[in-house]
Amino acid sequence: MSLYSVQKLIYNLNRDPSLVERFKIDIDSVLTEYKLTEEELSAISKPDIGLLYVLGVNGQLLMHYAALWEFEWDDYIQAMKDGIEEHGEVRGGMYVRTGGGYL
Amino acid sequence: MSLVFAGVCSHAPGITGRAERADPALRDGLYENFGRMRASIEKSGAEALVVIAAEHFANFFMDNMPAFCMGMADDYEGPIEDEAWLGIKRHRVPGNPDLAERLITDIMQDVDLAYAQEWKFDHGIMVPLHFLTPRYDLDVIPVNINCQGPPLTPLHRVWAFGKALRDACDTAPEKIAIVGTGGISHWPATPDSGKINETWDRDFLQKWAGNRKEDLLAYTDDQTYAEGGQGGFEIRTFIAIAAACEGNTGEIWFYAPIPIFAVGCTIATMQVS
Repeated sequence: MSLYSVQKLIYNLNRDPSLVERFKIDIDSVLTEYKLTEEELSAISKPDIGLLYVLGVNGQLLMHYAALWEFEWDDYIQAMKDGIEEHGEVRGGMYVRTGGGYL
Repeated sequence: MSLVFAGVCSHAPGITGRAERADPALRDGLYENFGRMRASIEKSGAEALVVIAAEHFANFFMDNMPAFCMGMADDYEGPIEDEAWLGIKRHRVPGNPDLAERLITDIMQDVDLAYAQEWKFDHGIMVPLHFLTPRYDLDVIPVNINCQGPPLTPLHRVWAFGKALRDACDTAPEKIAIVGTGGISHWPATPDSGKINETWDRDFLQKWAGNRKEDLLAYTDDQTYAEGGQGGFEIRTFIAIAAACEGNTGEIWFYAPIPIFAVGCTIATMQVS
């Protein structure tokens, strides 16, 4: 259920510019509105894109959260690879690594 | 008969957002065939364009995920993504709520269809529109098929939807174009981004172009996931078009794997009668 909350937060950020503004000014107050574990809170706040990927955040959401933090495309891809190195394989969802790729 | 054009195309955000990084010959070939599709739609006299998309959590989430949804708004806005990231400026896109309501009412006789009077277009619709209606002066009616959040819409229900859409179009006096937009194989937004199973893609396209219903509906999600990746689930949009054109065959105008676009880029049409 917690992964659901992480993804719901990112979904809402993608849809609502006013939430993005509030998120940038006072991230903690926004995060209190979602049921998140300490690990998830840390990954979102840091942000640790690689850990969010490992936690199972859907790539269609995650790539926009990375863009919100001004990750360039190649840096976003690398962050996911780094996340696997640091935190292990993807724990949930269907956006697991299978090998291959452009970079 | 009011269905005047049917086709399918890719919609990957890299097509516009990372255009400068692609092999110029392949990119230009893709763009040229998008232009050819635009010219065909214009030549058909279409008064509205129904875009069957596989959106990516821009409007629909796992709090209330419809198997099918059709837009019924006066107008729409997109892209929802950052303009610079996608390489497409934000635009207002005209809708056609009157036609949409008639189509929805008819389709509901056969398929349980949600409708929406608010809809923010993501790259899944905006990339095709960028090429197909670059002046944003053609009425658009969006459709979403759940290709993202399992349990996904079953393929045989996608076929039923395509048939129902066709029947609905045929009772409307307006000339209508339909375009399905999605990937074939791809592993988007993952470390595998750029991986493309060309053999699987070409096999699927052969079945699609032949409008081989039994073969198209034989795909399982497990098989698609293994061979076509998460993005492969978007074959639903292609299958809906085949169903709408049942009995007719298609023509592949362009297919080429373009890794920086993260998909085997495809432009194809299908006869409507």
